Amino acid sequence: MSITSPDGSVTIDPDPGKGPSFLRRLTTATDWKTGLVIPLLAVFTALVISGAIIMLTGSSFAEMLDAYKALLQGSVGSLRAISQTLTEATPLIFTGLAVALAFRAGLFNIGGEGQLLMGGMLAVLAGFTFTGLPWFIHLPLAIVAGAIGGAIWGFIPGFLKAKTGAHEVIVTIMMNYIAYRLVDYLLKSTLFQREGRNDPISKNIQDSAQLPPLLQWLDPAATVHFGLFLALGAAAFIWWLLFRTNTGFEFRAVGANPSAARYAGMSVTKVYILVMSISGALAGLAGTGQVLGLLDRASPGFSAGLGFDGIAVALLGRSNPVGVVAAAVLFGGLNAGGQYMQANADVGIDLISVIQALIIIFVAAPALISAIYRVKTDATSTQISKGWGA
Amino acid sequence: MELELRGITKRFPGVLANDEVTLTARSGKVLALIGENGAGKSTLMNVLSGLYKQDAGEILIDGKVQDFRDPGDAIKAGIGMVHQHFMLVPVFSVYENVVLGVEPVHGPGVLNRKKARSEVREISERFGLAVDPDALVEDLPVGIQQRVEIIKVLLRGAKILVFDEPTAVLTPQEVEEFFGIVAELKGRGATIIFITHKLKEALAVADDITVLRGGKVMGHADPRTATPEQLASMMVGRDIDLTVDKTEATPGDDVLTLRGVHMVDDYGRALLNRIDLTVRAGEIVGVAGIQGNGQTELVEAITGLLPLAGGTVEFLGKDISKASPRQRHAAGIAHVPEDRNHMGMISSFTVSENLILDSYYQPPFSRRGVMDGDAIRESAESLVESYDVRPPLIDNTGGALSGGNAQKMIVAREFSRDVPLVICAQPTRGIDVGSIEYIHEQIIRKRDEGKAILIVSTELDEIFALSDRIVVMYDGKIVAEMTASETTPTEVGLYMAGKAA
Repeated sequence: MSITSPDGSVTIDPDPGKGPSFLRRLTTATDWKTGLVIPLLAVFTALVISGAIIMLTGSSFAEMLDAYKALLQGSVGSLRAISQTLTEATPLIFTGLAVALAFRAGLFNIGGEGQLLMGGMLAVLAGFTFTGLPWFIHLPLAIVAGAIGGAIWGFIPGFLKAKTGAHEVIVTIMMNYIAYRLVDYLLKSTLFQREGRNDPISKNIQDSAQLPPLLQWLDPAATVHFGLFLALGAAAFIWWLLFRTNTGFEFRAVGANPSAARYAGMSVTKVYILVMSISGALAGLAGTGQVLGLLDRASPGFSAGLGFDGIAVALLGRSNPVGVVAAAVLFGGLNAGGQYMQANADVGIDLISVIQALIIIFVAAPALISAIYRVKTDATSTQISKGWGA
Repeated sequence: MELELRGITKRFPGVLANDEVTLTARSGKVLALIGENGAGKSTLMNVLSGLYKQDAGEILIDGKVQDFRDPGDAIKAGIGMVHQHFMLVPVFSVYENVVLGVEPVHGPGVLNRKKARSEVREISERFGLAVDPDALVEDLPVGIQQRVEIIKVLLRGAKILVFDEPTAVLTPQEVEEFFGIVAELKGRGATIIFITHKLKEALAVADDITVLRGGKVMGHADPRTATPEQLASMMVGRDIDLTVDKTEATPGDDVLTLRGVHMVDDYGRALLNRIDLTVRAGEIVGVAGIQGNGQTELVEAITGLLPLAGGTVEFLGKDISKASPRQRHAAGIAHVPEDRNHMGMISSFTVSENLILDSYYQPPFSRRGVMDGDAIRESAESLVESYDVRPPLIDNTGGALSGGNAQKMIVAREFSRDVPLVICAQPTRGIDVGSIEYIHEQIIRKRDEGKAILIVSTELDEIFALSDRIVVMYDGKIVAEMTASETTPTEVGLYMAGKAA
């Protein structure tokens, strides 16, 4: 608890660190309260407000309920809906993890788009170039290629940050633009472009590089593919990396307090480079999953904003791998349900963007949620990244 | 004006910060309010300055009950706070800072500079607070900046002045000047409340002393008869021995040798100017000096955090000038850094994580890159126990500890390593008397185990309590080196001010 005086300058902590005040910290434990209660309340509040928005645009209360029913139906109402939700969630888990990992080390990776594109392109390249390989060699090869593509695109801003102090936000944004245009160029090049086509589209990947579908034996339209397990595996790996290894300890230390990390003998520059490379690899795997599991090829803009959505997922998931998976599934469900809602109720899919935006606003400004529901939270603990200061 | 607090009670969730605090400050007198960190001094002052509303009790000024709704009410009632951390805009001039918020204006939004300047000059002359109204605040020494703060509250009509740890940032000479200012204000009938944990200063300057502990008034003392030991015992609630028992040092071999160590800043100015220094096994060398005379750089030159521009650092006969901080740490240098919160610990990490902050990569805490949670917990449990870190809960965050306990945690981490050299920068800054006593004991014990110890402190009392040998730093140079038993605080103080040599 701190109090700022009217002149905005005095911050006073009433008896910091005294016994009972520490108990207060314990009962308002940052982990489960700000980690679970706030996001859930944020989702609920966003749905309520969006419901009001639906009604403001001329729908009746019953129609609003129908729209939400359709949203639910389209996200978890059937096997196909669940499959669609998980398909949508798969790349979001990867890009969410990419952003979350960088957050943990105090870096803001806005370059998910570019890293995803470069990862996808290398995976496609590996996917159509090699022929005649058995799947158990070809598929891992294409996946590794995708991870490397993203890692290279993440390494560059990490390296520039470490060696020259260039701010990673600026560099990753620029790397996105480079990637967009590079993809356009590559897709028209003889290396990538499909024979006999004039539009920018890549060759199809070999079947041996395909991420196998999981539920097509039950429903031919179920798109969920093996990439989901890769994503869950990546989440488990990142959790283990962050909380069980020296490297993760260094990441978290550098993210929380770079001068203490330096004092403790850690190399802050090494951490910046490594964390951005791994973060890039994760985003690259998002692109890999899309091209090897869903699209079978690359076309312009196949990133579809997934890199940016990863920022929202990481925020909502509190930069915790478990939270990221949950947030990605939620966003995946909203996207899947939104499509169904658009088709079956008279509410456009744009509403989903509104809901997602409101969720993020409430998560980013937990004081609002605390005020509405009178939940005590430790506002300081919700700062996820040091952002622009670094 | 006479200020009376009657039964002030202030609760925070789970904390009774002030419990029926009753005290009186009289016109023309200095009331010293002493107590450990967390005793409720700050809360009480925040109630007094209108930042908090008390849950019970009354504030009376000249017998009239006051109702402060915000700090503006308190200022109107004549209460002026001089904070420990100055609230000044460094790039503004003195007069601009002073009138900030109460600017005299020609018309809407147009500052009347002439009037502002003359108001500032008038107050500084009336109270003998010599300061140039046109000087830029960032160019002024800390002591003068404090005068600007005082002029600020006087301009707002303060008759009751509250000083929060006013001497914490001052040099010994500036402290003397500050006491002069206090005497001047007192002579003009101001009511002064002086919050401190430095017992000697309370005894030197106060007319009355009130001791707070655990939010309660533990008693009052008469500065003419009270001793520091009595006050310390009242503050802590048990007997405190302020003198550090130590025997004569029996120095052994050279452990650390600095030869011509030179360091420059980005503009090529010398931060360290050809430092020669030796620390031997079994002795404590105290580095005295006013903050900012190269002590930080000296420590970081030895620990490898800042690069040298010249000279060598030898440790156990080996040149380590080029070694990384990690290599020096591993070679056997322990370091308690001067800035606990920004360097010594990570407040969002748990106590057990903080306890392995610089040895996390070594067995038994880690093998082949994977950390061993059981070994980390086991070691943390035993360290919080043996170094008396309270509460001894290793899964709490480091930031939840009080300053003294956080420092004990850092000392535990660094002292538990059996290494030949221990560097302690400001080992007891801003921590409570009980923890100071404990940490001093640990330092002496390390020395008696035959370790070489380098202490950097801006507190002369601490330098004299611990050191076998004293070196004084001034302007990046070592200007004096003395045997502790053969010098006096006055002599060292003169070197610190750069006046001798």
